[in-house]
Amino acid sequence: MIRLERRREPSRGWALATPFIAVLLTMLAGGLLFAALGKDPVEAIRTIFWDPLFGPYAGYSRPQLLVKAAPLILIATGLSLGFRAGIWNIGAEGQYIVGAICAAAVALAAYPAESVLLFPAMVLAGALGGLLWGLIPGVLRVRFGANEVLTSLMLVYVAEALLAAMALGLLRNPEGRGFPGSRNLAQYPSAANLEILPGSGMHWGVVAALIAVVAAQVIFARHQLGYRIRLTGAAPRAAVFAGVRPGLLVLVCMGFSGALAGLAGMFEVAGPAGRLSIDFGAGYGFTAIIVAFLGRLNPFGILAAGLLMALTYIGGELAQMQLALPVAAIQIFQGMLLFFLLGIDVLTAYRPRIGKARA
Amino acid sequence: MQRRTMLKSAAAGAVLAGIATVAAAQDDVPKVGFIYVGPVGDLGWSYQHDQGRQQLQEHFGDEIETVYIENVPEGPDAERVLTQLALQGADLIFATSFGFMEATNNVAQQFPDVKFEHATGYMTSDNLSVYGSRFYEGRAVEGLIAGELTESNIIGYIGSYPIPEVIRGINSSFLHAQKVNPDVEMRIVWAYSWFDPAAEAEAAQALIDAGADVVLQHTDSTAPQAAAQAAGDVYTFGQASDMSDYAPMPRVTSIIDEWGDYYIERTQALIDGTWETSDTWGGIDSGMVGIGEMTDAIPQDVRDEAQDLIDRIASGEYHPFTGPINKADGTQWLAEGEVATDEQLLSMDFYVEGIEAAIPD
Amino acid sequence: MSGIDPVILLAQLMVVATPILLAAIGELVVERAGVLNLGVEGMMITGAVCGFAVGVATGSPLLGFAGAALGGALVSMIFGLLTQVLLSNQVATGLALTLFGLGLSALIGQGYVGLRGPVVPDLYLPLLRDIPVLGPMLFRHDAVVYLGLGLVVAVWWLLTRTRAGLILRAVGENHDAAHALGYHVVRVRLMAIAFGGACAGLGGAYLSLARVPQWTEGMTAGAGWIALAIVVFASWRPGRLVIGAYLFGGITVLQLNLQAAGVRVPVEYLQMSPYLATILVLVLLRAGRAPGSLGKTFHAAQ
Repeated sequence: MIRLERRREPSRGWALATPFIAVLLTMLAGGLLFAALGKDPVEAIRTIFWDPLFGPYAGYSRPQLLVKAAPLILIATGLSLGFRAGIWNIGAEGQYIVGAICAAAVALAAYPAESVLLFPAMVLAGALGGLLWGLIPGVLRVRFGANEVLTSLMLVYVAEALLAAMALGLLRNPEGRGFPGSRNLAQYPSAANLEILPGSGMHWGVVAALIAVVAAQVIFARHQLGYRIRLTGAAPRAAVFAGVRPGLLVLVCMGFSGALAGLAGMFEVAGPAGRLSIDFGAGYGFTAIIVAFLGRLNPFGILAAGLLMALTYIGGELAQMQLALPVAAIQIFQGMLLFFLLGIDVLTAYRPRIGKARA
Repeated sequence: MQRRTMLKSAAAGAVLAGIATVAAAQDDVPKVGFIYVGPVGDLGWSYQHDQGRQQLQEHFGDEIETVYIENVPEGPDAERVLTQLALQGADLIFATSFGFMEATNNVAQQFPDVKFEHATGYMTSDNLSVYGSRFYEGRAVEGLIAGELTESNIIGYIGSYPIPEVIRGINSSFLHAQKVNPDVEMRIVWAYSWFDPAAEAEAAQALIDAGADVVLQHTDSTAPQAAAQAAGDVYTFGQASDMSDYAPMPRVTSIIDEWGDYYIERTQALIDGTWETSDTWGGIDSGMVGIGEMTDAIPQDVRDEAQDLIDRIASGEYHPFTGPINKADGTQWLAEGEVATDEQLLSMDFYVEGIEAAIPD
Repeated sequence: MSGIDPVILLAQLMVVATPILLAAIGELVVERAGVLNLGVEGMMITGAVCGFAVGVATGSPLLGFAGAALGGALVSMIFGLLTQVLLSNQVATGLALTLFGLGLSALIGQGYVGLRGPVVPDLYLPLLRDIPVLGPMLFRHDAVVYLGLGLVVAVWWLLTRTRAGLILRAVGENHDAAHALGYHVVRVRLMAIAFGGACAGLGGAYLSLARVPQWTEGMTAGAGWIALAIVVFASWRPGRLVIGAYLFGGITVLQLNLQAAGVRVPVEYLQMSPYLATILVLVLLRAGRAPGSLGKTFHAAQ
């Protein structure tokens, strides 16, 4: 019988190898799926993984990887802080939406005045909106002992309803012929979050994501906060003896992750999305949770995982266009990739042993 | 657009143009791209557009290639997908949802040699056309039939979101129901969703419970049909697709989204080199608004009356929004004999007199 | 305003609440075993398409529901294998399961768009249905409505009155202690997860076979997430689960009926209310504490 034995320390070798094994297994399983659908499996896999990076139009799709990945990375980095400490904010989708609503509200209140202060004000509003929305479950946990997994999830639905109300009501574009949705902020120069270098994909959200990754790495590696987070995650009781105030840590982590999610919402609404619409959410906050775990809650891992996710999205679109693969097949493929990555990861911390356990 | 934005988009355009020249070289047959907001299996809006695509492919056979991307959210993804389609050598691209408007407009600017067509929007340019359907013409026919059929004098209407497109349909059907039945009353339920079959079933049920014996829907699933069938003596109309499975009762006729002919016509123009920017708002006459078969559940004289209305609308002899029409607040909207302009119709944000409800804001 | 008939309202409410109640009772058992499976939506939609496909193929709604339960249980085993055997994180795996389920169902359902399934008959209860008021309210539904309520009672009985329930709760409260007592933590949890998947599948099939009835992609439209909320609202107690499902369903039905009666209701804000109520319950009912090991990974160290 095969059983798992915990390693004394996570294996570095396996930590590096498992993502590649998982991707290979996904290619195999995905190839079978594509073949079953009557498509050439090799071509399909090449279209998904290779073409966005090195295909004939990679000049366009490579920067787009950054654009697609930026919000995922930004949100996931924020989440990783709390996740490492055992603080489960799964309501990033709501914080993302509220951040976008606040930022858009600031911009629309100022419209059409032009000012260099507007963009920073929006950044602030977005971060603050996300922060406050994230703090609600934090406060509820600290003050009332309410489980933050569940309250933060509930607040996603509240945020979605709020978004619909805003897109149909208060923030609706008065010149939009009555259709739901706000004005296009990407066409409002003071508010627009445009590419810093044309064609590079680098907008301020990408920059913010990269800064967040580096900052998180520094916090984890060098800062007191990182130490407290790791300690709390590993041994909550010992952490208290070591002087960690668990309540405060909950508030810091929930607030921080909320603020980053809110920022992501702000950069999206002012840039790639342009406008606040009923469907603005699109699940980034949930996908980011997956990204955080795929990256093993490590900032650089999250960077890689975010890009990998973006690759499957963009490659998946190419596969739809070129091979007429249904979007359903792409979703299954993504699901399999996640399953393999999550499943194989067990080898990092555990060693499979054959035979009975010693008593 | 201000200078900063313009400079940047011009530069971005140059980058894309550089990539795109590679693409243009490998073209053989014209390629027509479609982007859908929902899955093609939604049996409603996106499904009908894909039916149109299939008709197009069938019509031209090997002479053209069609590609589609489904389930594209109306946000940043739309612009990327449209750009990818253009880069992949699509010569004509149909963007089939209102929310794709600004993305389509942006991408159209960057690919001046590619033709774009946006459904239900209002932005046009040298290589961007818009097209949509005058569904309100079909609603007028439904309203007439509903007004004749109802015994409770209560007509139910399931709306998706309170936007002009939907409000127009409500007004059109109410006006024509009222014409044949002055006592008719309309009850409106908003589902607040483009797509939620269970909510549609519940909305239909709520209307039936409130006494409605005819239910019109501006949502695309057959759930209201099933609810009406279970209730027994309730009439419905197919929406988006024919829904003929529910004929002859409860579905007595239908409004069908027919895009195929338009897609064929525009692709032909592309092939002939005669494609020009256009603003098409097609009605019953163009075939874009298809009226499904009227079943025996409608008495013969009402069928004749409805057919007459269809014919008069199709010939242009009659416009469903012809005055006198007052707004719900009692003020005059159209004077005697006055016909609503398209501009007035597109921005309609009020109920007509006689509908005793308020539009949510 | 013409009156709203409370009898009809309550009758409708029982129907509306059924799919979420079914999915929620399954998830309740899963969570009481200490596992948080956020993939309810994915399992529901898989159940919806499996139920519909089997129903169309066999013409039998009964077999359809059986197929749905089986389909839901099968996809839930992916989650079970990953989280229980390969020790993956439950939150991430559950979310991935939803993504996978949406794709899988769309692929399976490709040939079924636009078809009609078998009719799910009203369970004809001869005498009961003719009782005034109570008859139309309670006794004129299809069998699945009663199955949902029956399952709630069965789960309540299982959890509170049987040894199996005791073990399940022990595993959920403190898996290490349960393991030390010699219980098979992983085995118990796998069974709970499969039960949860089967129930979610039934809930999905109720939509595709009875409520809508039709197969369209993405047709569960978030019902699985509501089921998760109800479990929390109920503080993990079967009795309160019924209240929660009826409250959620009730708000939906009530606002639609108010609209139909011509009353103006702020729908967007009303849509938030059940979720706010759930948060309030979490805050107020401190007794309704989550199972101790909820969401935590268990590894039996020898």
